[in-house]
Amino acid sequence: MSTGLLTVSPSPHIHSELTVPQIMRGVIIALVPAVLMSVYNFGWGAIYVIGLAVGFCVGIEYLIAKYLLQRPHSIYDGSAIITGMLLAFNVPSNLPWYMILIGSLVAIGIGKMSFGGLGNNPFNPALVGRVFLLLSFPVAMTSWPKAGDWSLDAVTSATPLGIVKDGLRSGESLPTLMQQMPSYSDFFFGFQGGSLGEMSAFALVIGLIYMLYRKIITWHIPVSMLLTIAIMTGIFWWIDPTRYADPVFHLLTGGVMLGAVFMATDYVTSPFTHRGMIIFGVGIGVLTVLIRLFGNYPEGVSFAILIMNAFVPMINRYAKEPRYGAGKPKQG
Amino acid sequence: MKLHNKLKTFRIGGVHPDDHKITAQRVIVPLPLPKSVTIPVTQHIGAPAKIVVQRGDTVKVGQVIATHEGFVSSNIHASVSGRVGIIEEVMDSTGFKHMAINIRVKGDEWEETIDRSEGLVEEIKLDPKEIVARIMEAGVVGMGGAAFPSHVKLSVPEGKHVDYLIINGVECEPYLTADHRIMLEKPKEIVVGIRILMKALGVSHAIIGIEDNKHDAVELFQELLKDEPGITVEALEVQYPQGGEKQLIQALLNREVPSGGLPADVGVIVHNVGTTFAIYEAVQKNKPLIERIVTVTGKSVKEPSNFRVRIGTPVMDLLIAAGGIPEDTGKIVSGGPMMGKAIADLDVPVAKGTSGILLIPKEEATRAEVYNCVHCGKCIEACPMGLEPYRLLILSKKGNSTRAKEEHILDCIECGSCSFVCPSNRPILDYIRLGKTQLRKPKKA
Amino acid sequence: MNPVVLYTILTLTAIGILAAVVIYFVSKKFEVKEDDRIGKVEQVLPNTNCGGCGQPGCHAFAKAVVEAGDLAALHCPVGGNTVMKQVAEILGIKAVERDPYIAVVRCSGSFEYRKKTNIYDGAGSCKIAAALYSGDTGCAYGCLGMGDCVEVCDFEAMYMDEKTGLPVVIEDKCTACNACVKECPKDILELWPKGKKNQRVYVACLNEEKGSTARKECAVACSGCSKCFEACRYDAITMHNSLAVIDPEKCKLCMECVDTCDVHNIVTANVTPEKIQAANEQRLKREERARKKKEEEKLAAEAAKQAGNETAQQA
Repeated sequence: MSTGLLTVSPSPHIHSELTVPQIMRGVIIALVPAVLMSVYNFGWGAIYVIGLAVGFCVGIEYLIAKYLLQRPHSIYDGSAIITGMLLAFNVPSNLPWYMILIGSLVAIGIGKMSFGGLGNNPFNPALVGRVFLLLSFPVAMTSWPKAGDWSLDAVTSATPLGIVKDGLRSGESLPTLMQQMPSYSDFFFGFQGGSLGEMSAFALVIGLIYMLYRKIITWHIPVSMLLTIAIMTGIFWWIDPTRYADPVFHLLTGGVMLGAVFMATDYVTSPFTHRGMIIFGVGIGVLTVLIRLFGNYPEGVSFAILIMNAFVPMINRYAKEPRYGAGKPKQG
Repeated sequence: MKLHNKLKTFRIGGVHPDDHKITAQRVIVPLPLPKSVTIPVTQHIGAPAKIVVQRGDTVKVGQVIATHEGFVSSNIHASVSGRVGIIEEVMDSTGFKHMAINIRVKGDEWEETIDRSEGLVEEIKLDPKEIVARIMEAGVVGMGGAAFPSHVKLSVPEGKHVDYLIINGVECEPYLTADHRIMLEKPKEIVVGIRILMKALGVSHAIIGIEDNKHDAVELFQELLKDEPGITVEALEVQYPQGGEKQLIQALLNREVPSGGLPADVGVIVHNVGTTFAIYEAVQKNKPLIERIVTVTGKSVKEPSNFRVRIGTPVMDLLIAAGGIPEDTGKIVSGGPMMGKAIADLDVPVAKGTSGILLIPKEEATRAEVYNCVHCGKCIEACPMGLEPYRLLILSKKGNSTRAKEEHILDCIECGSCSFVCPSNRPILDYIRLGKTQLRKPKKA
Repeated sequence: MNPVVLYTILTLTAIGILAAVVIYFVSKKFEVKEDDRIGKVEQVLPNTNCGGCGQPGCHAFAKAVVEAGDLAALHCPVGGNTVMKQVAEILGIKAVERDPYIAVVRCSGSFEYRKKTNIYDGAGSCKIAAALYSGDTGCAYGCLGMGDCVEVCDFEAMYMDEKTGLPVVIEDKCTACNACVKECPKDILELWPKGKKNQRVYVACLNEEKGSTARKECAVACSGCSKCFEACRYDAITMHNSLAVIDPEKCKLCMECVDTCDVHNIVTANVTPEKIQAANEQRLKREERARKKKEEEKLAAEAAKQAGNETAQQA
């Protein structure tokens, strides 16, 4: 036969179009608006940090695979690039290079490769790296350059959340503090201080819509997380608006949007089923609000997501759809 | 999907492959008689039939050449007239060699008892027991692909009460259109076939389930059956595997067959619409199962068609009649792309369960690179039986049969939705099948 | 030193020591009492837990041996006769010597001899391919080459030869634990006695097709020509459906059959080509003698008949 040997394999013989490299590419594209916004706000610092983080993450994954584990590397699937970008998004733009290196080492080495590579890690690697840096270098991780200042040695300032937390502790009332803040539209579009990826809800929402359109993620985790935060902070704000900020403030500041769109929706560390995802999202929302309002840290999203990551196996076990034929048979 | 009238579908899982029904408008044409046919004696589920002819015998179309061995077995008839040739083990579409009877075709002489007239015979003269006996004599088996002997399905065990007959006109596999065409071209005969089945089972309700991408068939039957007592038509959402009998029963009647059970346990019997037509021919025309409709299709096929083919015709003949084998063919599948079997030998004969031959171009024939499981949960979302395929893969790979059984691996209907949807291209169904085999056959000592 | 640090160190040390003492006493109190011979036996076992003895692990084997009291039915193939002798000594019972075994590969269908007839694209496991169809070559009996056997070997005694596509058993490492034999879906691997002087003879083929059909499928398939069957003086070779099978219990390792095979598919282990040649010549000489004897007898019979006829005529 002129066609050569035929191929034989077990069924099915067709496949849906979504593959892992395509998904990774889709996520990277969804991250682009936030990248652009961070460059707009922080200039060279943003490019430097993102570039270093991605470079370190990819390089470390390659080296670990080749020399430590001695098996084929997987850097072409794109997941290391995404971890690098998300790690960069979680740190200030003036972080020194060696801290970025340590963060990447922890994120990829401990957070991902030590568990067996892609798909085997229980915790979100970027968050593992970020929390490690936060606990090891608290000062460097909590001094952010002012937005719009492109120079590499910009003047540092605190984030709106930091201002509110410190202000409330020292006895100021909320309304006065809020007057020092940029307007809400500034928050939404991203003209505020903070880590690289956190500031622009607008850019992150564009990314969310793109990923929903490409069917990379479903609405369950972002919506359940954001709704929970909005409702919980709304209740507290309603009880005492002089001590608790309003829900819009909470949604637009800090890492909530970044967490809801990119960190909590990571396939590997989130539940399988839709009802599991909703439980997961609600859990993150509750923990975030508790840490923000009653904890020592001004920001709680990273910790909240990592804690809920630990619960995912349990959620997967108990939040299952009833399978076919599980109930009693119904007779005619 | 109509907005005012949401179509019924099954409760969990399912995927949406493109349906590629490129032969939907092609009228059925009879394939010219081959030079010889090779008829396997194991075309059905159950014991292989016992051969009753010898080399050199002359046979006529419809003559019995092998008889059923026991109850769960089927008669085999000559599909052509001529001389019996060599009887030996040959490669068939299962991928293994089985005993088959070769007949060298000479002329086209039929058994005198077969009514070859074209007209519709409406009156059902036989009583239920006689109907079942006739179906058994005629060697009718399930023609949707499973090839389960139909007379066994109609013999409802003691203690089970059946109140619904479901006719499966869904044809959810992409590319296949054999059932679609027979519904469009022989609807009256199918309706008589349904009446025959209702009489044999003693039921007064029958539903024909048709996927909505065959809307012309839906409308045709709705028109035909508007005054018919007891038979209704239901258009179903286009979703794979809508035609799986468990899913179909749940979609139409909201009853779920219990794990390890049969449709009769929930009062239902399901028959494929092609089988129904074969039953009409067997009961009303005394014609045994000797030919069937086979769709020959594929993106590069020159003349994709729906052929009426004699059982035992080599697949090569069908491909030549469809314009020859395209240059870029990488894989040839007997059946549909989700559950069909890839074949490597083109002398393989058409069997009673061969619903189509699909030619897949080279660029689509090889599987893509396999990645680690990313725990996306898409396989769980897709599984129509509500299982966790990623976990069954791991358990089967490690040989952990006990845990696999606890996780209901035997409920798997092997529809392929999990492998289809996995973004990491993991061979999930391959390993689930391995796990099921390991459970059924204990490891050798 | 800062007093806080000092107190911390002392407190933690004290807690540690207390915990250790408690654990010691608890472990002694809840210790599982077991016949201490089991522990002694277990120590001399290879402790690979491969299951080759038929027991679920080395501890279970030790227990079974102590409970059974004799070694008639229990043997550790990995440890072999040396270990079983030690076990017998510990228990004070008679040691049972067994012939060592080894796994042999009964397929010679390498890439060179067996051409591919299709491309297999399923999951890379022989078991999955074997369940799907009769293989990607013409021979339905041959090795599928994906290495399920190599993966299951606990002793790193097997590897896939890249050039031939067939598995290779490393003699010194194979412990005849039976894992690969159980794993192979085509039953190509078999346990064979290691043999005197480590020599073995076996037919490396399982193809039961007749003559030319078999050769079309694989150039070195056993065609059932029966020449080896005829050559064997000890009835060690039998023919099953056009396939020659050697019985290792009956085989005397005389090597006379080896050169009768026109495709050299009677495989030997650790036998020099000179020995095979010598055996072959011995066989040819013997057959020549037998033929001459038959001819002489025929002539003698004819002469006797002639003589008988003459006497009859004379009479």
